[in-house]
Amino acid sequence: MNAWHQLVSALPFEWTQFAFMRTALLAIVIVSPLFALMGTLVINNRMAFFSDAIGHASLTGVGLGVLLGLSDPLWALVAFALILGVCIIALQRFTGANMDAVISLSMSFSIALGVVLLSRGGNFNKFSHYLIGDLLSITTREIYQLLATSILVGGALLLGYNRILLIGINESLARSRGMSAWWTQMLFCAAIVMVVTMNLSWVGILIVNSMLIVPAAGARNIARNAGQYVWIAVGIALVSGVAGLIASFYANTATGATIVLVSMGCFVGTLGMKAARSRRAA
Amino acid sequence: MNSPTDHHRGLARHVCGECCTQIEGIGVTLNGNRVLENVSLHLHCGELTTLVGPNGAGKSTLLRTLLGEVPHTGAIHFLPVFGHGRQDAPAMGYVPQHLEFDRFSPISVQDAFSSVLSRWPVALWHTRRHRKTAREALSAVHAEHLIHRRMGELSGGELQRVLLALSLTPVPNLLLLDEPVSGIDVPGREMFYRTVSELRQRFDLSILMVSHDLAGVTAVSDRIVFLNHRIVCSGTPAEVIAHPEVRRTFGFDLAAPNLP
Repeated sequence: MNAWHQLVSALPFEWTQFAFMRTALLAIVIVSPLFALMGTLVINNRMAFFSDAIGHASLTGVGLGVLLGLSDPLWALVAFALILGVCIIALQRFTGANMDAVISLSMSFSIALGVVLLSRGGNFNKFSHYLIGDLLSITTREIYQLLATSILVGGALLLGYNRILLIGINESLARSRGMSAWWTQMLFCAAIVMVVTMNLSWVGILIVNSMLIVPAAGARNIARNAGQYVWIAVGIALVSGVAGLIASFYANTATGATIVLVSMGCFVGTLGMKAARSRRAA
Repeated sequence: MNSPTDHHRGLARHVCGECCTQIEGIGVTLNGNRVLENVSLHLHCGELTTLVGPNGAGKSTLLRTLLGEVPHTGAIHFLPVFGHGRQDAPAMGYVPQHLEFDRFSPISVQDAFSSVLSRWPVALWHTRRHRKTAREALSAVHAEHLIHRRMGELSGGELQRVLLALSLTPVPNLLLLDEPVSGIDVPGREMFYRTVSELRQRFDLSILMVSHDLAGVTAVSDRIVFLNHRIVCSGTPAEVIAHPEVRRTFGFDLAAPNLP
């Protein structure tokens, strides 16, 4: 940790002189590749709306944590998001219900419940930092937490990558290989919950899903195979993460949202590259 | 000159021919409709069994039941004649009727092969062994040149050939083909049937194929089963073609030249 701070503060920039910026930079370098890797699978498996619901369900998790009087609502948050995720997948699978409607319903429920719980006594403002995230809130201890969960979840994702990819192509095809779509989807859902909730405090509920989706969506425009897909997504996530952090420092804006705007710029760029390529081909 | 059917029967002695999948009295009810009723069928190694029947007769449902996707009554036994010793989960190859997938997904043909070969994440890189296996499997269906194409870019016929090669990687015990040639032109069909026929001999594979193309499959099938919610008749291609209900469903002049 000290070595990191020494290394970065040696850079000749104004922003590198602040400890919280160096810590935030480290957080971005740790989680961006994970966000990108997960994002590619989330989009392949058409779960972008699902992960959005998980992000918003965190509001209720925070509310429950406060209600239960927990000092750190993180675990209430993880538990609630996990339960909601399992419920959504189970509902969809066993009732054959329309996925859009199920997700939208559960999202409405969890946001409403979260707002009701948190607005009791008129103190909602106290929790608004959960909505937009707070860069200053990252502590050294949290960096270690992020590192540990990133390695854990990243490792699990790589181990299950082929299965999730195949299930994303076609479930029957995966099942003929003896792969259980149900279990894989559950574990994938747990991984999404972990990544979303662990990064909530600094990214914010409103845009945590964009961090997941936008780099992968950009990479999807130009990638021709799974390898390119992931590496381009990681590249976009890292570049927009670092650029967004620096921009938010000078513009004095919320970091998470700034990062998302930069990555949206990258998305538009890849869209242009795609158009140019198809024009050349034509 | 031998008819094609005789030709394949002659080859059949090279395969073990033992019964390897027993379907005993299967019944399936979906949304209150009785789709399958008391269906019993034995599949043998090295044999190609073709399921024919009118639309909505439950042919695809039977395949999906074998894949374990549909709740059913009755029993399915997979016998351990392959020496893999596992009764409940043989390796199955499956070629769906229409592969519904996201055509814009950046997944190449090589990616699909590597992803079924091992857990080594295809997002990192493909090992040399996986490249070689995919090339060999594709060359068996004359599709080697498609290896670096995106799955979504393939034409209907190309996709079916790639899926057939994929379903044979690694070689399964039981191959399920659900109308694999729908949407493919006639030369493409003939090539597909020829390939399937060769494969079953080479790998001692038992194949269950759903088809609408009765005329095309009589030459390559060892057995034909006419299914209409229950098994109406089953036997050699000649026997099934002679059955009155089959004649009523498919019309008359089908495949007459191929009759032994």
